[in-house]
Amino acid sequence: MTEKPKLGVYVCHCGINISATVDVEAVSDYAQGLPNVVVARNYSYMCSDPGQLLIKDDIKEYGLNRVVVASCSPRMHEPTFRKALQEVGLNPYFLEMANIREQCSWVHQDREEATAKAKNLVDAAVAKVRMLEPLAPREVDAEPAALVIGAGIAGIQASLDIADAGFKVYLVEQSPSVGGRMAQLDKTFPTLDCSACILTPKMVDAANHPNIELLAYSEVEEVSGFVGNFEVKVRRKARYVDVSKCTGCGDCAEACRLANRFPNEFDEGMGKRSAIYLPFPQAVPAKYTIDPEKCLFLTRGRCGKSPKCVDACKPGAIDFEQKDEIVSFKVGAIIVATGFDVFDANKKPEYGYSDYPNVITGLEMERLVSASGPTGGEILVDNGEEKIVPKEIAFIQCVGSRDQSVGNEYCSRVCCMYTAKQAHLIKDKIPDATVKVYYIDVRAFGKGFEEFYDRVRREGIRYVRGNPSEIFKEGNKLVVKVEDTLTATPREDKFDLVVLAVGLTPRSDDRKIIDLLRLSQSPDRFLMEAHPKLRPVDTASDGIFLAGCCQGPKDIPDTVAQAKGAAASALIPLARGKVAIDAQVAEVIEETCRGCGFCVSICPYSAIELVTVNRMGNMVEVARVNEALCKGCGSCSAGCLSNSIQPRSFRDRQILPQIAALGGIE
Amino acid sequence: MSEQFKPNIVAFLCNWCTYAGADLAGTSRIQYPANVKIIRVMCSGRVNPLYVVNALQQGADGVLISGCHPGDCHYMEGNYYARRRLKLLKELLEFTGVDPRRFNMSWVSASEGHKWKEVVEKAVEDAIAAGPFDQFRRRQIGW
Repeated sequence: MTEKPKLGVYVCHCGINISATVDVEAVSDYAQGLPNVVVARNYSYMCSDPGQLLIKDDIKEYGLNRVVVASCSPRMHEPTFRKALQEVGLNPYFLEMANIREQCSWVHQDREEATAKAKNLVDAAVAKVRMLEPLAPREVDAEPAALVIGAGIAGIQASLDIADAGFKVYLVEQSPSVGGRMAQLDKTFPTLDCSACILTPKMVDAANHPNIELLAYSEVEEVSGFVGNFEVKVRRKARYVDVSKCTGCGDCAEACRLANRFPNEFDEGMGKRSAIYLPFPQAVPAKYTIDPEKCLFLTRGRCGKSPKCVDACKPGAIDFEQKDEIVSFKVGAIIVATGFDVFDANKKPEYGYSDYPNVITGLEMERLVSASGPTGGEILVDNGEEKIVPKEIAFIQCVGSRDQSVGNEYCSRVCCMYTAKQAHLIKDKIPDATVKVYYIDVRAFGKGFEEFYDRVRREGIRYVRGNPSEIFKEGNKLVVKVEDTLTATPREDKFDLVVLAVGLTPRSDDRKIIDLLRLSQSPDRFLMEAHPKLRPVDTASDGIFLAGCCQGPKDIPDTVAQAKGAAASALIPLARGKVAIDAQVAEVIEETCRGCGFCVSICPYSAIELVTVNRMGNMVEVARVNEALCKGCGSCSAGCLSNSIQPRSFRDRQILPQIAALGGIE
Repeated sequence: MSEQFKPNIVAFLCNWCTYAGADLAGTSRIQYPANVKIIRVMCSGRVNPLYVVNALQQGADGVLISGCHPGDCHYMEGNYYARRRLKLLKELLEFTGVDPRRFNMSWVSASEGHKWKEVVEKAVEDAIAAGPFDQFRRRQIGW
């Protein structure tokens, strides 16, 4: 097997990204002198077509059988160069990269030190590449189905695209209805089309699509496996209502002993619902749900002589015996579309959100202007004494966004525009109202945004630049204390209603999905994409994609675009029917394996088992790896007492020379 | 001697968290000392404790191992194995007379470029304080 290693070393300038700090000439000269190195070159962009051609030509001309590329991170371009090797018939795993950009030239300034480090890193790569082995990329079948978690607009759109392409979709939503945050909105900026009018048809499509299995009021419990072959368990929570019988008539909710006693989550707590409820009139599926924490019968075991809902329900759909149900299925790809929470305004106590009923959040305002909202679309607020139609209204921007004091440095991207929209809607409904917006900067960056902002200002909305320091009460008015920073004037303005333009935050229950799918978070705590520019819908785990606000604040068009992107990415393994599995998995050296089974108990994927083999006439137990299950982490190897289980490409004999090279003893 | 002493530190980073975090530090142009040289492994659980000893034998003045935060391991539990094994190793090293400051363990996620800088700075500081290391050196071994 052992052909003498013939190495090519290619040092990239990366324009000046590397060459500004690292003396690339010196590095390639140094590499030329290393053992087994046949040719060492440097070039401005190794990843470019001519750069790759350089490598390919050398492989052919010099008969190279190993390649070291000293350039950017292997997380960036390892696939690129592997492909180049493969194109000229060299095994793609005969490649090692030295990361002299992200981990050298970009983080050091001293040219001498950076060059010395780069040489050392090339040293280590050369030491390792000589020991690499050829590996055959493997392929396994992919399950032609997808799981979409979260049925807001992102999840719905992604599901519809995948289902329309002809694949099965399991759409899981934890609340009783699909629709998500968008269903709560009244109009949408900047076009002012009605949110419900454009969303509800899609909600119905998703529920009725022959390829979509809607699992509403359900939660993902368990996910195992890998791209192409995820095994999923979903808990269908008991609704205590037989959905096949429920007609959605609503007689039960009216009859309920606790009718209209509880704040309705959908109306941000401003409306009331019963213990048996439909979250909102257009809910899909239009089936009632009993709140197990509120229902008298479920909490106390009795509800008068007999539960009122049971008496009222003509089809007999109420079923207190219903239990949670676990559904299992296999999918090839997963899309996470779990959405966002709005910022908790109580974290800015100076604005008195919990003290004054007429300080409300943007989302509450949304329900207040909505025709399906708790007031039927009439803007009515409680000023502490009576219900009034507010005439003087303030908006405060950036509440919980761009604010280090609450730990949110990011811009929430939608508040400027939803404020402008709500200001417009107020003017529409209360023409003699005066509306002031307190802002830091107005960010109207999207298509049609600036035009809309202009229009709103022409309608008489006053924009005051300043970040209010305090809201307090004087008589029946709210006083906003602020400095107008354009004129450097302190002001105290009086209002009937203050709307806090709260930002978007990661969901408070995100932790569950992060643990379930092994996702990463960005510094802003939203879910992290694989690459901020080039892989914005992928995660670090193959076959798991992100869509919508779970990845970061977004408006509706961006959410839909990302959902379509995630659907297109998820469709790749489904449409191909096969997925490539990394060949860098563990292998057992049966001759030295003592069959202790230590690795079996270590393996997180249960990929190792003990089998009996004939070793020179003796029947002995040895470990064996199921390559389809192994993910190549190598935990088994570090635990093996006889070094008999080794992950390919990360074997002891491949890592130890790296250590020796970096240690630097001659 | 110790004034100009530049320790040589070998770091083992897991591919999914700290290696990505170190890449992020690069993309963000966060500057840190050039003493730490990185070996990429798929998981901190891959790091055989003997690698640490080996690195010290081969001329390293310090060793740094960093992976995903406990609970966040890409392979579910690899970093727990790493933590257990390496904790034991640290105590063993100390028992054999090796300054425990030569061996650092940390958890740096893919989004913690700044934390990576701090981890490197601490490892370098610790190794400088511990001074050059030659207790374990032996003639080069042929692998």
